[in-house]
Amino acid sequence: MKDAFGIPQSLLVLGGTSEIALATARRLVARRTRTVWLAGRPSPALDRAAERLRDLGAEVRTVAFDALDPESHEAALGKVFAEGDIDMVLLAFGVLGDQAHDEREPLNAVRVAQTNYTGAVSAGLISARALQAQGHGSLVVLSSVAGERARRANFIYGSSKAGLDAFAQGLGDALHGTGVHVMVVRPGFVRSRMTEGMAEAPLATTPEAVATAIELGLRRRSETVWVPGALRVVMSALRHLPRGVFRRLPV
Amino acid sequence: MSADTVPAAEGDPGTTWGPVTGWGRTAPTTARLIRPRTYQEAADAVRDCGARGGIARGLGRAYGDAAQNAGGAVLDMTALDRIHAIDAAGGTVLCDAGVSLHRLMEVLLPLGWFVPVTPGTRYVTVGGAIGADIHGKNHHVCGSFSRHVLSFELLTADGQVRTVDRGTPLFDATTGGMGLTGVVLTATVRLQPVETALMSVDTERATDLDDLMARLTATDHRYRYSVAWIDLLARGAHTGRAVLTRGDHAPLDALPERSRARRDPLAFRTSRLPAAPDLIPDGLLSRTTVGLFNELWYRKAPRVSRGRLQRISTFFHPLDGVPHWNRVYGRGGFVQYQFVVGHDRADALRRIVRRISEHRCPSFLAVLKRFGEADPGWLSFPVPGWTLALDIPAGLPGLGAFLDGLDEEVARAGGRVYLAKDSRLRPELLDAMYPRLPDFRALRAELDPRGVFVSDLARRLAL
Repeated sequence: MKDAFGIPQSLLVLGGTSEIALATARRLVARRTRTVWLAGRPSPALDRAAERLRDLGAEVRTVAFDALDPESHEAALGKVFAEGDIDMVLLAFGVLGDQAHDEREPLNAVRVAQTNYTGAVSAGLISARALQAQGHGSLVVLSSVAGERARRANFIYGSSKAGLDAFAQGLGDALHGTGVHVMVVRPGFVRSRMTEGMAEAPLATTPEAVATAIELGLRRRSETVWVPGALRVVMSALRHLPRGVFRRLPV
Repeated sequence: MSADTVPAAEGDPGTTWGPVTGWGRTAPTTARLIRPRTYQEAADAVRDCGARGGIARGLGRAYGDAAQNAGGAVLDMTALDRIHAIDAAGGTVLCDAGVSLHRLMEVLLPLGWFVPVTPGTRYVTVGGAIGADIHGKNHHVCGSFSRHVLSFELLTADGQVRTVDRGTPLFDATTGGMGLTGVVLTATVRLQPVETALMSVDTERATDLDDLMARLTATDHRYRYSVAWIDLLARGAHTGRAVLTRGDHAPLDALPERSRARRDPLAFRTSRLPAAPDLIPDGLLSRTTVGLFNELWYRKAPRVSRGRLQRISTFFHPLDGVPHWNRVYGRGGFVQYQFVVGHDRADALRRIVRRISEHRCPSFLAVLKRFGEADPGWLSFPVPGWTLALDIPAGLPGLGAFLDGLDEEVARAGGRVYLAKDSRLRPELLDAMYPRLPDFRALRAELDPRGVFVSDLARRLAL
């Protein structure tokens, strides 16, 4: 069960090697979280991540999960929920893709969309149903500011996150009053493996900062969390720019 | 909660799904709310409560998640509210578990009897009083509620109703057992005789914590009721300054001649202000506003006053005058923290008070009291020693880690925290705080092997 501050005792991470997810897990384990499930494609990196959390004192188990194979989600996640209540599901998987390359290789672009959106729809609905049966729990969805308004430079990724974001908002409304809390997290540019070598955007942040914002959002039962918070204002302004102006922006 | 509950169909107890929280309004979870109107309906509800079990709930005054059951059933017992028999000569009452202490006072005071123990609110049910084994300002003399319970009827997981008498393991598991052994249906309670419905109250100020503890230790035994409001925001030389209010039921000859009170000495008078609105922002109770309140509250108290007459509601239940007072903390809710450490561990109490004061917890409901002898309930909270209770807005930054630090201090001193108020304890500390927990778990495993009775509190702390 979550405590008065919204800190979960059990956590399921979908996308168990995500740096933001692991920073969040570390933070929560330092507080109350005792059971962590890391779901992801079996890999040495997943095992290493589990080992690291074990060192912090958590009981960590891994489960094979592939966002690109929605048919298998029911079985993989069903197994986790059958073992006991999950207080928080962190939906953290996603790929950035390579915009220029993917524009030439539509199948690659489709993989981005399938991972970030289709996979999340399937995993999100399955998790939501299980949480609803429990009568409690938080589903935390890692979206992105990139989904707020698609940019020329990364609209494939951006559109997949836009879909995910809209899906998660709708799911949150559908679950309102069921005891299940859905929180959409919209980080800006996060310095991590995923963005290594890329030019840093303004208001860049870190996985740890996102983790801090998630912890605060859990306590406040927030529905939307921007990291850093200033992005809320920035994106609100950008969203209202005329197309002709937005197109010319060097973003 | 009960207001939303409407009968679904003829012969069906009202059932709705809805969010449930404790009085602190943190950590809401959704449950199926059932409002049984007969013992049979209660038994049916227990039998049919499904895989996620059920828990009884009274008036929802437990601060944390004790009367919540995510995804399962919550039995609102307040429809079972009959007073069956009053022995006005011997001073006992037999009533349903859903009867509130407020109702008992209304009925019993005109007959010259008072409830044996009342907490800071009279809007608790008899069932809740047994489940939490509540205590009041008279604990140092009269013990906790269970000391005055002669027997009760308990609906257990197998659907049977058992009569449970004092001195049996089931009695001791249920008093303080947070509703996890079954549903109390009726109870027989021994009452306290009174001549009037007024209190004779002595008030004095203590300038700091040492002064306060000295005064309480020296003269508590002279009073049936004793408590100290403590200003936890005061710092430096004023750390722990307090207002002691102690007293007893006023005898008839203490009432002034030819007064209204004298004409009708046993009239139970209360007053209620309008309810607190549900729109109060989270930050209303800040260090500044609470600091101001505490300063005024301390200054307004007389340095010394003796034998002042007060209504029962003013002396015991000042907050009941404002319905929904818990809303003043805003939507973020608040956390109550109450611990007890032994008389010989006053050092731990001093350290904790200093830490709270240095952390600047904006607490305006902090009270310090000395507990007397413990009662045998396995998970009953009171043990002889010092108990401090305080309220803190849940949104205070760093509060979780701060309270974890206090838990460590309490556990090291051999103390414990109160489960009826808890919403955030680290489960690992529980075994040290409640040494009879293994017995409690064993009894539950035997009595309720399928785990029918379960609450969010039980899940969170693995009770």
